[in-house]
Amino acid sequence: MNRLLIRGGHLVDPRNKVDEKLDILLAEGKVAEIGKSLSPGRGTKVLEAEGKMVVPGLIDMHVHLREPGREDEEKVASGCLAAAAGGFTAVAAMPNTDPVTDNQAAIGYIIREAIRAGYSRVYPIGAITKNIKGESLAEMGGMIDAGAVAFTDDGHCVASAEIMRKALTYSLIFNVPVVQHCEDSTLAENGVMNEGIVATRLGLPGIPAESEEVIVYRDCTLARLTGARFHVAHISCARSVEVVRRFKAEGVKVTAEVTPHHFCLTEEAVEGYNTNAKMAPPLRTKADVKAVRKGLAEGTIDCIASDHAPHHYDEKETAFANAPNGVIGLETSFPISYTELVKDGVLDFSTLIKRMSAAPGEILNLPGGSLGKGDSADVAVLDINTEWVIDKNKFYSKSRNTPFHGRKVTGRAVATVVGGKIVWQL
Amino acid sequence: MQFNRKHLLGLEELTAEEIRMILDTAVPFKEISERQIKKVPVLRGKTIINLFFEPSTRTRISFEFAEKRLSADTIHVGVSQSSVVKGETLVDMARNLEAMRIDMVVIRHPASGAPAFLAERIDSNVINAGDGWHEHPTQGLLDMLTLRDEFGKLKGLKVVIVGDVVHSRVARSNIWGLKKMGAKVGVCGPPTLVPRSLEAMGVEIYPRIEDVLAEADAINVLRIQLERMQSNMFPSLGEYNRLYGISTEKLEKAGRDVLILHPGPMNRGVEIDSDVADGDYQVILKQVTNGVAVRMAVLFLLAGGKPARAAEVAATLE
Repeated sequence: MNRLLIRGGHLVDPRNKVDEKLDILLAEGKVAEIGKSLSPGRGTKVLEAEGKMVVPGLIDMHVHLREPGREDEEKVASGCLAAAAGGFTAVAAMPNTDPVTDNQAAIGYIIREAIRAGYSRVYPIGAITKNIKGESLAEMGGMIDAGAVAFTDDGHCVASAEIMRKALTYSLIFNVPVVQHCEDSTLAENGVMNEGIVATRLGLPGIPAESEEVIVYRDCTLARLTGARFHVAHISCARSVEVVRRFKAEGVKVTAEVTPHHFCLTEEAVEGYNTNAKMAPPLRTKADVKAVRKGLAEGTIDCIASDHAPHHYDEKETAFANAPNGVIGLETSFPISYTELVKDGVLDFSTLIKRMSAAPGEILNLPGGSLGKGDSADVAVLDINTEWVIDKNKFYSKSRNTPFHGRKVTGRAVATVVGGKIVWQL
Repeated sequence: MQFNRKHLLGLEELTAEEIRMILDTAVPFKEISERQIKKVPVLRGKTIINLFFEPSTRTRISFEFAEKRLSADTIHVGVSQSSVVKGETLVDMARNLEAMRIDMVVIRHPASGAPAFLAERIDSNVINAGDGWHEHPTQGLLDMLTLRDEFGKLKGLKVVIVGDVVHSRVARSNIWGLKKMGAKVGVCGPPTLVPRSLEAMGVEIYPRIEDVLAEADAINVLRIQLERMQSNMFPSLGEYNRLYGISTEKLEKAGRDVLILHPGPMNRGVEIDSDVADGDYQVILKQVTNGVAVRMAVLFLLAGGKPARAAEVAATLE
């Protein structure tokens, strides 16, 4: 018998339009009952959630777990624990590992490691092209059989329109999204931050916003041409949001995600050559932050994803141009999102949970993101009242490369339940 | 008055007062280099490391002369002979050097921000001898000293920087320094090398060299690097010379005297024609001479020297 009663909390489940004080009983890995003042019954464990929000487990559809290849930066197990500590019950793992996750066996390896760790669920995303070289399609069918949920060459953009068109067309067999890291590398050249006044002053080569916009536009047209599902990873600039809005209105199957750092930081964070403000796409301007927030509010941007990208301390401890791209985010994603979006009045709480749970779940056809009777017992219990200060030294992730260290935030996960089992508790 | 900074990382962060202090301090130091015995005991016992991650002749020798003429003990560490080839990180190298008890590091590095990175992590004074496209503060200072020598002032001068401005640390240091001192600064070159975004630094953009020559008091001609042509910033060196090269013909057409500066090394026949480089209106070698004095002033001030005592110190004999 594996029964857990989460008692006294305020249940918010956007997909089932629930937003009230309700208990939830989990049994045998599923939601068994929802109601007022449920009694636990014999042998049922009780998780007290008085004063807390109880939501479908958060889903992060863009995470780099670095295994295999860079276990010094992150492992599947450490990443899954970090995810659980952030309220995530499921994450999608990016394929730019070493060796690249571009085949059936590699997908299977990641899934097994995640099961062995036993924290959050992991859904691998396979590479679009062999070895992420952008040249020939990887065996998507084999990867789907092993458990892949989407395809991407993330970290690199599929530069060739011909290959991208074929990837989208081929993906129709499986009805999974093709996720693009939208960046025209010939326009981005050797850029290391947003092109603009800060780059000019610091003497750093810039990346124009147009390098993203042209690929978002190109691939939206290819999605229209093929009828396939196209997902824009980590959208960062105003004009890209405008393009997605236009194609969505046309009925093209395009979805988009944005990271917490792209909706709350600007290029100014690079001042002082801060390598923890270096990522691809780069932090943009105030106008871009405003636009992606608006996109999130209206639903042009479907979901929030952290682009959790662990890097070893030594690699970020260098001159800006030489540092690798990326910041971690699993343990800061909810607190930053709650503080910046809900407390700032951009989204109501229920919409935030939709953007962090139901929406990414739908994009990837995952079972989570919903707490109806019979759904997976994946639940996050969130405290939205306590103010606290982010401390990178307390992370479960193996890496520390966050731009949010020392930031005062409100809201955090206090318990995370996967398959009816408490996998992490504050 | 005292110079209260630990490092010299760029001119953007200095005040007009501080820049004036460095230039004024450089004036009495100029004379040291004119003596039979070119040495004063100002930095006796100080150890300075010149850490050069990029090849340099002029800047490196200028710093070394400045250090030696102030009696410091100096060591040059060039990238090819250093442990960088063995994979040691910048910060490990600096910490190791510091463990040998040094006082100052002069650093030249291809990455913008490398001197600031070092300054945050070691106790010694750090002097930026050029970092990426960011700044080359002592070059900016020596250019300003040369301009002040020629015109007697900087305030109100119109100085135009011509060439590859966007990739130039010399340009950035000149822009910040000259603007703080009250000069008007313009930039000129092909839009691929002089993009509109530079306007945010408070400079006027001149697309045509003819307009510059009609208005400027002085022009600072930047070196054009071959790799910029290879990356299609302009079609050929010949075309660059035709459109932006400083020639006697263009100067004569302007019909007025314009002072010519060049930070070196020059590409004769590309950004500057030989008859201009060797002509009456250039101060290119005066810049080089002033470079030693400016660097002496910077070393003296960072070591805690009082500007008011510069003349007295310079007059002492070894």
